[in-house]
Parts: sequence; C-alpha cells; structure tokens
Amino acid sequence: MAWIDKLVGRSPVGPMQEHMTAAVVCARQIVPLVEAMIAGDNAAIAAQRIEIDRLENAADDIKHEIRSHMPRRLMMAMERRDLLDILDFQDSIADVAQDIAELVDQRQMHLTGTLTEPFRALAVRSVEACEQGKKVIDELDELIETGFGDREVARVESMISELGRIETETDELLDTACRSLFAIEDELGVASLYWHQLLLWVADLADYAERVGNRLRLLVAK
Amino acid sequence: MNLFLDIPVAIWIAGIVAIYMAWSIGANDVANAMGTSVGSGALTIWAAILVAGIFEFSGAFLAGGHVTDTVRKGMLDMDLMSNDQLIWGMLAALTSAGTLLLVATRFGLPISTTHSIVGAIVGFGAVSIGPEAVKWGKIWSIVASWVTSPLISGTLAYGIFQLTRSLILDRKDPLARVRQVGPFFFFYVFFIIGLVTLFKGLKHVDIDPSIQESLLYSLGLGLFGALIGTVLLRRAQAGKKDPGQRFSQTERVFVVLQILTACAVAFAHGSNDVANAIGPLAAIVGAVNEGATGVVSSKSPVEPWMLAIGGIGIAVGLATWGYKVMETVGKKITELTPSRGFAAELAAATTIVIASRMGIPVSTTHTLVGAVLGVGLARGIGAVDLRVVATIVASWVSTLPLAAGLAIFFYYFFKGVLS
Repeated sequence: MAWIDKLVGRSPVGPMQEHMTAAVVCARQIVPLVEAMIAGDNAAIAAQRIEIDRLENAADDIKHEIRSHMPRRLMMAMERRDLLDILDFQDSIADVAQDIAELVDQRQMHLTGTLTEPFRALAVRSVEACEQGKKVIDELDELIETGFGDREVARVESMISELGRIETETDELLDTACRSLFAIEDELGVASLYWHQLLLWVADLADYAERVGNRLRLLVAK
Repeated sequence: MNLFLDIPVAIWIAGIVAIYMAWSIGANDVANAMGTSVGSGALTIWAAILVAGIFEFSGAFLAGGHVTDTVRKGMLDMDLMSNDQLIWGMLAALTSAGTLLLVATRFGLPISTTHSIVGAIVGFGAVSIGPEAVKWGKIWSIVASWVTSPLISGTLAYGIFQLTRSLILDRKDPLARVRQVGPFFFFYVFFIIGLVTLFKGLKHVDIDPSIQESLLYSLGLGLFGALIGTVLLRRAQAGKKDPGQRFSQTERVFVVLQILTACAVAFAHGSNDVANAIGPLAAIVGAVNEGATGVVSSKSPVEPWMLAIGGIGIAVGLATWGYKVMETVGKKITELTPSRGFAAELAAATTIVIASRMGIPVSTTHTLVGAVLGVGLARGIGAVDLRVVATIVASWVSTLPLAAGLAIFFYYFFKGVLS
C-alpha cells in the first residue's frame, strides 16, 4: 500500500499559490517606489528597483519549479493547460512590476505637480487588484477540498467579480491619469512618452490580475 | 510412501512459509492505512496497531473462510489430483508466492500476493495433471474480478466523495456537519461487517443464523457503531480556526472517520488476504489428513484454527514491523487528506469485503488504487500520478506467468525431494 502514497502526486496548488504570493509581493513594492518618486529620492528608487529585481527572480524560480513538476502523466483536478495559462499571467504581474521599476530607475523619474495624485491613486488601486487576485488564487486548495462544490465555486466567482470591479476602476483611474499627463505634455516634452508608458504598465498590473481571475473562472466552470 | 517421515516435512515447510507470508502481509499492507491517522496525532502508534490488529484478525478469522476455500480447492479439479500431487503443488505455490513477496519487499515492486498465489496454483495444476485440471471458468471469473474490483471501488469512491462533498464539505458549517453525518458512516461500516460475518459466514465455528437474525444482529452492531462514532466525533478536537485554511478543523475531525475506514480496510484485508497464506496450508493439511485417515476432507470447511493462525500471523507482522511503516507514513506529509482517505478506504473496504464474501481473491492494493483514482476523477485530489497506475498494471500482468513459472519449478523440486 506504499503505492497509494506514490499514486497521490504532489499537488500543483501549493506551488501555484506560492508563485502568486511572490508575484504580488513584487507588485506591492510599486507603492513604496511611487513614494520614492514623489520624494525625488534617487537612492530610494534604486534600492526599490534592486528589491523588485530580487523578488522577481524569486518568483521566476518558483515558476520554473512548477513547470518542470507538471508532467503530463499527472491526472490533475484542474487542466494542466489552464494552470499553465494562469501561471503565465501571474508571472506577467512580477515582470511588469520589474519593467516599471527599471524604467523609473533608469530615467530617474520624479513625480511632481498635477500628475502626482492621479498616478498614486492608479498605483494603489492596481496593487489592490493584485491583492484581490492573490485572494482568489488562495481559494484553489479550498476548491479542491470541496471537490469544486457549488457553494465554494460561487464564493470564488464572487471574488473574481470583485476583482473585475477593481480592474474597471483602475481603467477609469488610468483615463484620469492620462488626461492629467497630456495636459502637461508640452512642458514634459519627450518625457511624456515614457510617463505614458509607465501609466500603462501600472494599469497592466491590474489587468493581469484580472486575467488570472478570468482564467480561473473558466476553470471552475468546467 | 512413508507417512511418518515425508508428510510432517511438508507441513513443516508449508507452515513456515505460510506464517512468513501472513507476517509479511501484515507487515506491509495494513500499516499504511493506519499510518495517516498516526501522523495526524489522532492515534498513538500502539493504539493504531492494536486496533488494526483486532480488525485484521477478526476479518481473517470471521470472514476469511470463503476465499480460503477458493484458494484451497476452488481453482483445481480435486478429483483429478492425488494427495501427493496436491501437497507438492500447494507447497510449490506457497514457496513461489513467498519468493515473489520477498523480491517485492526487497526491490519495492508492487507485486500482489493474490495474483502470485493464483498464478502459482494455475501453474502447478496445469503441469502436474494438465490444463484440464484447472477450473478455467473459476479462474476467468477471478481474473475478471481483478479488472472489475478497481472499477467498482473507483465508482464507489467517486460516489462516496460526492456524498461527503454535498453532505459535509460544501456546506455552510462543514465542521458541525461532519459530526452530525459521521455516525451514519459508522453505522454503515459496522452493519456491513456484521452482515458479511453473520450471514452464512460463521459455519466453521458452528454459528449459522437465518437471514432475519443476521439482519437483526447486524442492525444492532451498526447502531452500536453509530453510538461509538457519535461519542468519538463529539470528543474529537477540531483545534484552532485558521482563516487561511478554512477546512483544517473539518479535516481534523474527519480523522475519526478515517480511523474507522482504516479499520474497515484492515477487516476487509484480513478477510481476503489471509487466504493467500492459509489456503495452500489448509489444502496440504487436508491432504495429509486424508492420506492418514482415509477421510475425504476437501469437502469439509476450512478449520478455524488455521484462520486463527493466519490472523495472528498478520497481527504479529503488524506489531513487529508495521509500526516502522506507520512511523514513516505518519511523518510524511501526505496530499491525501483525511476526507479523501476516508472516501477511498470506505470504497475499497466495501468492494473487498463483498469479494471476500463471494470467495473471490482480489488485491487490496489494486482496489485501493482504483478508489483513489475515483476520488481523483471527482476532482478531489490535486494530482494523481498515472505512471504508478501503469507500473501496477504492468506488474499485475507479469506476476501471473512469473508466479506460474516459479511454481512449476518448485513443483518438480518438491516432487523430487519429497517422493
């Protein structure tokens, strides 16, 4: 009967949750980064970038671990394809956070004037979308525990809907921030292009978090 | 033929190999089912061994007769076989199965004792007399049961898991529900054990209640079980609430139910696997007695003392070696949580006990594998490693010719040495 233990393989759920946590920890660093941009503190920006690089690497390690431990011979409660898709979106959250930190550090971008508040509001809400995404992924083990029971599925679906609402809000915040940016685009000159890129990336954090949720919604509906 | 010199030797060898087999069956198989309960801290190792030992022995002694009869005389045409041939053959079957068991334990191969015994008996039957000595109809029904028993237990496990899902897990308050619903499962297990044991099952100890009596007593036993279950489930500590793991408390109480199903597996295992050790021994003792007294004993039921020896052998194996297995299993972090273990074990135990009652030797491990797959298909397990299934299927196909070949070799060996 020792074979029974071998038969029950390592569930991918724990590592998936671990990876989402690592990715969201990356995204969280965007808030102190924005504070450093507002303070105009280049040393703090550089330190934040180094920290995000480190965290992104840690998330990548978990990702590779998951990919190499998900052989086709495993019969899983969730489709392999779906999990790998979700993993990619989770990975994008960490990647985008890293892109943001790199650009801010390389160009030493300081936040001043009318753009400050819209930028900060967008960043805070986008990170909140990631946190909600993490909450959703944290339900994966409960989904399996209940064998995808109706009650649990409904619970997860309402959490995903909440995630969708947060993401819609970030769209509106992005719109406000872009308008603030374009109002001062003449005085910023070519830098406005990079600020625009930065805003899009910050909004992307929420976008990828929502995609994690939407992919999971398809998965639980199966 | 010199009775006084030759035959005691045969019994002597058969007895040693049979006891080794019983010991080994107890050492390896049972301990795993109990291991998880030990690991969760719900039972101490010695309590687990005691409980498993009692159920294992009861299974072997009270419900082990049917399969033992099948192994002893059900697969070959006894009328075509002389007592000597039967003695050499059954010795060969025991030695062959014992050797394979040694190899399996040594190299960690999933070889089923049941399959090796059946393969070995067919093997020596076919060479000692000829293929016409083998009751092929019976053999095919046994082989078919090796396919159907995992299928049945898988289907049952799927259903039982859905039941625990809708009755307990996917509820507003699963912790309260497990305490409420749990006693019904206790009732079910005790009722089935009662029914299997009582209804025409105890002829060998001269107890033969009618079907009404059997039902009545089983009902009483079931209610008694439900009472025990109610008390145990109420007393089970759920521990602290963990907001991140909303089901951890429920699972901790589920351990009580898993102990129950581990007992059920122990009973079922005893009732089916004791035959692998005792069936051939019983055949040899019967043939020796017949040779000595002239009384045809192959028609009389298996003697209770032999089942008792088998049961004790299994229990001793459990106590002397099983605790090591329990320690290892208990320490390992298993992905099979108590609620899944419960569903799989209840399904497997039910399937095996029914097979035992019908006198069909099945493999406990294979039945459990089928059950785990069933829970997996119900999306209740994170990941099931299908390679293990392939390994087990491959070993089951290869065990038969291997056991038969070995048995043929040992048959000529014993024939040469003992005649």
